Amino acid sequence: MLKNRHVSGWLMASPLALVLVVFLIAPILMIVVVSFWGATEWSIYPAFLWDNYEFLLTSEVTYRVFLNTFKYAFITWVFALGIGFTVAYFLAFHVRSLTWQVALFLLCTIPFWTSNIIRMISWIPFLGRNGLANSALISWGVIDEPLEWLLFSDFSVILAFVHLYTLFMVVPIFNTMMRIDKSLIEAAADAGASGWQTLWHVIVPLTKPGIMIGTIFVVTLVMGDFITVRFMSGSQSANVGRMIQNDIGLLQYPSASATAVILLITVLMVIGILLRFVDIRREL
Amino acid sequence: MTTIPKIRYSRPISRRSMLKAGGAAVAAAALPAPMVWGQAIKDVTLRQFGTGVSNLNEVANKVKEDLGFTLEMTALDSDSVTQRAATQPDSFDIADIEYWICKKVWPTGNLQAMDTSKIENYDKIVGTFRSGKLTPESVIAQGTAPHTVGFTSGPNGKDFVAEESGWMTLIPTIYNADTLGIRPDLIGRPISNWSELLNPEFKGKASILDISSIGIMDMAMVVESMGEYKYPDKGNMTKEEIDLTLGIFTEAKKNGQFRAFWKSFDESVNLMASGEVVIQSMWSPAITAVRSQGIPCVYQPLEEGYRSWGGGIGLSASLSGIELDAAYEYINWYLSGWVGGFLMRQGYYSAVPETSKNFMTADEWGFWFEGKAAEGDITNPFGDVMEKAGAVRDGGSFYDRMGAVACWNAVMDENQYMVRKWNEFIAA
Repeated sequence: MLKNRHVSGWLMASPLALVLVVFLIAPILMIVVVSFWGATEWSIYPAFLWDNYEFLLTSEVTYRVFLNTFKYAFITWVFALGIGFTVAYFLAFHVRSLTWQVALFLLCTIPFWTSNIIRMISWIPFLGRNGLANSALISWGVIDEPLEWLLFSDFSVILAFVHLYTLFMVVPIFNTMMRIDKSLIEAAADAGASGWQTLWHVIVPLTKPGIMIGTIFVVTLVMGDFITVRFMSGSQSANVGRMIQNDIGLLQYPSASATAVILLITVLMVIGILLRFVDIRREL
Repeated sequence: MTTIPKIRYSRPISRRSMLKAGGAAVAAAALPAPMVWGQAIKDVTLRQFGTGVSNLNEVANKVKEDLGFTLEMTALDSDSVTQRAATQPDSFDIADIEYWICKKVWPTGNLQAMDTSKIENYDKIVGTFRSGKLTPESVIAQGTAPHTVGFTSGPNGKDFVAEESGWMTLIPTIYNADTLGIRPDLIGRPISNWSELLNPEFKGKASILDISSIGIMDMAMVVESMGEYKYPDKGNMTKEEIDLTLGIFTEAKKNGQFRAFWKSFDESVNLMASGEVVIQSMWSPAITAVRSQGIPCVYQPLEEGYRSWGGGIGLSASLSGIELDAAYEYINWYLSGWVGGFLMRQGYYSAVPETSKNFMTADEWGFWFEGKAAEGDITNPFGDVMEKAGAVRDGGSFYDRMGAVACWNAVMDENQYMVRKWNEFIAA
């Protein structure tokens, strides 16, 4: 029976399928199921109620919070892409020796040797009212009064996001750039293309899969985050992750599940749209 | 070591306690039963969890020293504590929770009632936790006053009863009266009302805690102090009152009154010590932590009174046999003074102050409890100097402070509505 192609194929695929079912599909299904349950203050009970969704989708706050989440994701994406692309470009095309490429690439990852909470929290004393940034600016005479918006603002949230997640943009872009056939660039130069033309018409199109993978990383990380927003905004701003966190803290699991389901659907839609632009599977 | 120990269990023996008791029991098999307890109790491990306030390793070490058994401590924030007590009854033996959390958790049946006849110092527990009255003349404050959720009808009761029924839900351990913390050096003028929190003078320099059930009470104190509204019961608001309260604060938030909100103790310390905030809701040890950095910080007594809270120890419903006995022993030890002294030297109050007195110096007792000027340096239990000679405690004596409680931390009937509104406030 094992000779049968279909049977052996199924058998070979089954370990992975099993892992995915147990650790991915089953928890998600559970979340979906619980999202229809009811809750009292201290317990949840099985039911089939639309209450959680009704409250969620009719509340003005939900839309405001989702909008805020998109805002963070978009602005972070713009900066992460700009910085990530530039860094990857420099590493791939300006650094000639492979040794240096590897060395500089590792340099980029050094901050990731500590926990991301530490990296995030270390901004707080730096940006505070009497922090390093403000004291430096005042002593240089650039400003007279400390800048209040440096900390506990959208600025600090996005700064932390960009700092935390840009590497996720650098890695895939660098990876795809390294695989661009150098003769294509020579050909572009031979055909009389300027540096910018080569960049825009040759390198960017060929790097699209990397950009797309980086985008998916950054967007999903930012949309699912709650701790960065909490700390860097001083709990003053909300995103979807914090809404879920609050619900969980208050034992409102069904409502948290419903929010999680809506967030999941939203993120899947975003990724679906992104994948319309680039066929990642073909490019890989 | 395979003999099953002959221990007088009234219920089936749990596998865990049996394995632990096994070793000692053989040695003691020929001796009378109480000796078995004495030996076996050393192998007991009780798992306690609660807020960081009283979950201190020093207490666990002292338990090992005095009582012989092991106490494992887990510190969590108030939300997580509620969550764990309500949803994971098997994950703990002792819950160190606040009274308002008890109101939420008790009806789940995850805790068991305690027989007050087994509590040696029961009669000495301050009136606040029994009749509700600190002194016979005291007026009972609004909110979830501890005595209202402190007693149940019987060993298996899931309700609350008003009188001292002999069955306690929580054994009170620690409590305090909270108010606003200020930075006198950065404010430079006297502060005497809760309404100052929303004074535009402190725009961008105020903070409030982001724990809805406590935050709403601080807000209510502010709203009343501003003269906007007089609540029939701050601890149990109607929907309209919740809307009104959060409306006032949402407007202030939009005007940039708040620098940040805090959720954990450390955050409140950092906000104050760094000068990001000059006036905020705060907890007593946070004030101490700021001061110990050499930064002036006052726990300002206010005309409207204090918002008070109380914590207590509850026993898991699944606790039985030798472990239950160990838990009672722990409770009796807890009230016998050492812990009380330890906590009072950090600025909290013990449920049985008179036993704590034996574990404090006369100067410490005078400073912390009687509100007298310190005669020498006052140190905390860790040996750090908290106050120099001549200092007087903010707010004065025990009776001045606990006698001026305006409301207790509470959980309302409209709690779910309040929580949703609170989320809107945070997102606004």
